[in-house]
Amino acid sequence: MNLPSFSSTDDPGPDFAALVRRAGLSPVVPDGPVDGRLTFTHGTTCVAVRYEHGVVMAGDRRATSGNFISHRTIEKVFPADRHSGVAIAGAAGPAVEMVRLFQLQLEHYEKVEGSPLSLEGKANQLSQMVRNHLPAAMQGLAVVPIFAGYDTSRAAGRLFQYDVTGGRYEEYDHASTGSGSLHASTVVKMGWRDSLDADATIDLVLRALYEAADEDSATGGPDMLRGIFPVVATISTDGFQRVPDEDLRARYSSILDQVAIQRGGAES
Amino acid sequence: MTAPFYVAPEQMMKDRADYARKGIARGRALTACTYDQGILLCAENPSRMLRKVSEIYDRIAFAGVGKYNEFDQLRIAGVRHADLKGFSFSREDVDARSLANQYAQMLGQVFTHEMKPMEVEILVAEIGHEPSGDQLFHILYDGTLVDETGWCVLGGEAEAIGSRLGAAWVDGGTFDQALTAAVGSLAGPDRTLGVDEVEVAVLDRHGARRAFRRIEDDVVAAILNAVPVPDTPG
Repeated sequence: MNLPSFSSTDDPGPDFAALVRRAGLSPVVPDGPVDGRLTFTHGTTCVAVRYEHGVVMAGDRRATSGNFISHRTIEKVFPADRHSGVAIAGAAGPAVEMVRLFQLQLEHYEKVEGSPLSLEGKANQLSQMVRNHLPAAMQGLAVVPIFAGYDTSRAAGRLFQYDVTGGRYEEYDHASTGSGSLHASTVVKMGWRDSLDADATIDLVLRALYEAADEDSATGGPDMLRGIFPVVATISTDGFQRVPDEDLRARYSSILDQVAIQRGGAES
Repeated sequence: MTAPFYVAPEQMMKDRADYARKGIARGRALTACTYDQGILLCAENPSRMLRKVSEIYDRIAFAGVGKYNEFDQLRIAGVRHADLKGFSFSREDVDARSLANQYAQMLGQVFTHEMKPMEVEILVAEIGHEPSGDQLFHILYDGTLVDETGWCVLGGEAEAIGSRLGAAWVDGGTFDQALTAAVGSLAGPDRTLGVDEVEVAVLDRHGARRAFRRIEDDVVAAILNAVPVPDTPG
């Protein structure tokens, strides 16, 4: 691999995605519809909720190909950089690739320019990536992310939701994406209060994913037997921090107890 | 048509080398040395904004002396090389040796074929998982690539600074020892360097994925003034 050098007039600057295109490493867009002819993997439900000191992001672990469960432990919530995260739904292959490129885009910018992008700048970068992916989305490979982060200049958590055309919409309380998002966002909406603390917000998103999994076959619920739980992360001044699985197991145990009590069954 | 004057190749190379050396000697020097928990990069640099030391990749740092625009162009090319390589293969496949070779090729090419050689001297440092894996590649204006052990000095007065650093540096010493030795060697016997005249960064062996970290002025000041510091790296 050579040392990339450009003349000053056609230098790609801090744009890593442009550099990847110049290096000929961008994927080719399929020239016909992919869905229906080939089976490929889909990822589903993710939610992000603002709380008093930042945001909580969560995503279930299931990936499906048609009516098959193709993976039980896929991850859909990723750190984008120290103070932001990205969650994805849609065609899993291109989605994971987009996240990789996005993470590198932010790091590359920071290294070339010597200072990180603003949170708004990061959200706009992701918007451009989703927009550039539109031709592939038209062939059935749609990717719809959520971007959330802690804005150090405003000292607050911020959420951004997208559509397949790269439309970027800032949400103030909560955002969701994927096939189970309707159910998940309803649960979040019912339980959300202004300035919830991190603990209550984590419980809320876990309940939201539980209900989404209950209604949507493409969303995976907590798997107590195998120890598979959603990926949940808090993003605050302390950065992107994943909630450990033991913590999630305890929280899900109490959610299952609550459900059992509601149904008039055994209580703990 | 007049024939160009004949210039012996030896003379031509010597002229170019002299030109590059003069340019480099005008700038201030930079030192790098290993310590028990990492690699210290310390430059004499009065500017807060125009950096001589910076991050290339997870475990790789870059340092340059000489003409700022020329080494900064090399720095950006290095970041691009590393990020592209990590993107198409894996993060662990990005290594300093391959990057140093690329730099050496490029500088050698420019030295022999371009109008003017680059007036720079650069360093590519990689932190190993063990101290034995630490690497310092020193690349000269003509593409000469030197694999240094323990410490190295770039820029004007490198020999004098090198002899001081060679005497003061302790193999496997602490960060405080390394920093004191580096700043003392850069300053020499006749002057002292203030905190705002040095740029200090480290590659931290056991830190986060991105090992490169700039050291804040108050930490540097505390060490140079031999005051106990609450939070020293390493």
